[in-house]
Amino acid sequence: MKVIEVENLTKRFGSFTAVDNISFSVERGEIFGFLGANGAGKTTAMKMLCGLLRPSGGRGIVSGFDINRESEKIKASIGYMSQKFALYEDLKVWENIRLYAGIYGVPEKEATERSHTLLEELGLEKERNSLVKSLPLGWRQKLAFSVSIFHKPTIVFLDEPTGGVDPVTRRQFWEMIYKAAASGITVFVTTHYMDEAEYCNRVSIMVDGRIDALSSPASLKKEFEAESMDEVFRKLARKSKNGEL
Amino acid sequence: MRSFRIFVQKEFFHIMRDRWTTLILLVLPILMIILFGFGITTEIRNTKFAVYDPSGDYTTRGIVNKLESSEYFTLERYIDSEDEIERLFRRGETGFAIVFGDNRILLIADGTDPNTASVLTNYATALINSYLQESAVRQVGGGAATDVAGDPPVASATAAAHRTITPEIRLLYNPSLKSAYNIVPGIMGMILMLICAMMTSVSIAREKELGTMEVLLVSPMKPFLIILSKIVPYFTISVINYITILLLSVFVLKVPIAGSLILLSGLSLLFIFVSLLLGILISSVVDKQITALLISGMMLMMPAVFLSGLMFPIESMPEVLQWLSHILPVKWFIIAVRSVMVKGLGISSILQEVSILIGMGIIILIISIKKFKYRLE
Repeated sequence: MKVIEVENLTKRFGSFTAVDNISFSVERGEIFGFLGANGAGKTTAMKMLCGLLRPSGGRGIVSGFDINRESEKIKASIGYMSQKFALYEDLKVWENIRLYAGIYGVPEKEATERSHTLLEELGLEKERNSLVKSLPLGWRQKLAFSVSIFHKPTIVFLDEPTGGVDPVTRRQFWEMIYKAAASGITVFVTTHYMDEAEYCNRVSIMVDGRIDALSSPASLKKEFEAESMDEVFRKLARKSKNGEL
Repeated sequence: MRSFRIFVQKEFFHIMRDRWTTLILLVLPILMIILFGFGITTEIRNTKFAVYDPSGDYTTRGIVNKLESSEYFTLERYIDSEDEIERLFRRGETGFAIVFGDNRILLIADGTDPNTASVLTNYATALINSYLQESAVRQVGGGAATDVAGDPPVASATAAAHRTITPEIRLLYNPSLKSAYNIVPGIMGMILMLICAMMTSVSIAREKELGTMEVLLVSPMKPFLIILSKIVPYFTISVINYITILLLSVFVLKVPIAGSLILLSGLSLLFIFVSLLLGILISSVVDKQITALLISGMMLMMPAVFLSGLMFPIESMPEVLQWLSHILPVKWFIIAVRSVMVKGLGISSILQEVSILIGMGIIILIISIKKFKYRLE
């Protein structure tokens, strides 16, 4: 079953075409890596999928809803974790969880029960009443991810979720992503770390608003005769006119 | 509704967890009332004055008594020659002097501070005139009594009072010339604007800056509700501040509410709404807290202090600035509050100000709805 299906999706800002006629689809439970240099258009594409930006052209279905007409329904069925840290630092751990549970309409009783299990799993039981700003960055990031899938969305969009996190935490973070995918949540992730791209089931690489490559990491490496995803990425990005390296 | 409730709660947490913000929000109005009400005052009290009175007759002593019994003047001492006056002024022992001569009274004040000097001379002139009038009235009532007494200076002074037309000064609404009457409406305007416009714009800009706004916009929560829940806490605080200011001004500054309390409250609510909308408008054009702070500080607070007539009379400003002051909501609010609170006027006399405020509110609302980028561009 496909949870994201996009055809000829385009976004223009004036004369500048940020996203140029892209088409792809993502299967349920897949970990889909969305790669590209800064300015390649991946954030714009992702915002259209989340219902934050209206496309200039093309069609798209996200978790069964039309991105042109049903952006409000899409919002209720997806999770989102942004590049910037997304929890409120001056709220307590459990207050943050309750806030997002409330926004996404998770019933109060269920939210309380699940927040207990969640904190237990994260080993944050003792920090329930601590302010988020007192937690180390890695923990906050893991908590932010857990909060973004707290309402059991069909898809979770992660915009560079591991920026500024140490390698050990990144490893743990990816374990959480695998676990989420195994439970049926589709993971749509952008990243700058090419080693993380290797963890994805499939990877798309955007250059100048177009998707220049889309396949599993293994077949991409074969196709571009590269040792690593890093090499694949550099070979592709070299063709870019306006992206930076 | 539940998400709205939780969201409003979150906004209160933001404010209360930041102890300094809470303190400033709640203590600022009290501080300003006390500072402006007692510290910074344009009235003059207990100015020491010297008297040169070679004749020392009934009238001149009466005038000196009259001056001394007022709260504005305190008699420093009698001096023996006119030359001494300058020495007294130089040493700063006195700020005011009266010299009685034949058929003339010379009032001397320190002109280095023109405002104080003119206020002092005005007070003194008013007091002297009223004394002369009183004694004239007394004389008419007492028949030929003074003629019998045959005191020439008194006779000449009263005769002068009879002959010339003496202007009598009567200050309406604020007979005792208390500056608090002028200051309370001003402070009310400034505080409400500060809390509503500045704090709201900063708090929305904060979410944008931290990136949490992005997360909220991706959520199913309606942008309208996000903004509304941001407004609720500041609205509550504004109402608390409004009540604090009123209580302080009535019971501490002794400024009575001459008009209807309901009308005054309605007027303040209207102004609170306009200021909140202004805050939303600012936050819809900026992305950083510091920009929001600067814009609301520089573009709202500074002109509010200078152009609203709080400190300087608008009438004496250059025409360009007067014209500029018209676009400030706070100016109209202050005028209307003065009318209701100090003059005790009814709704019919503040219709102009009220309709201007309502008009401004509608314009700001339209612009901010158009500007509000609920889909992050």
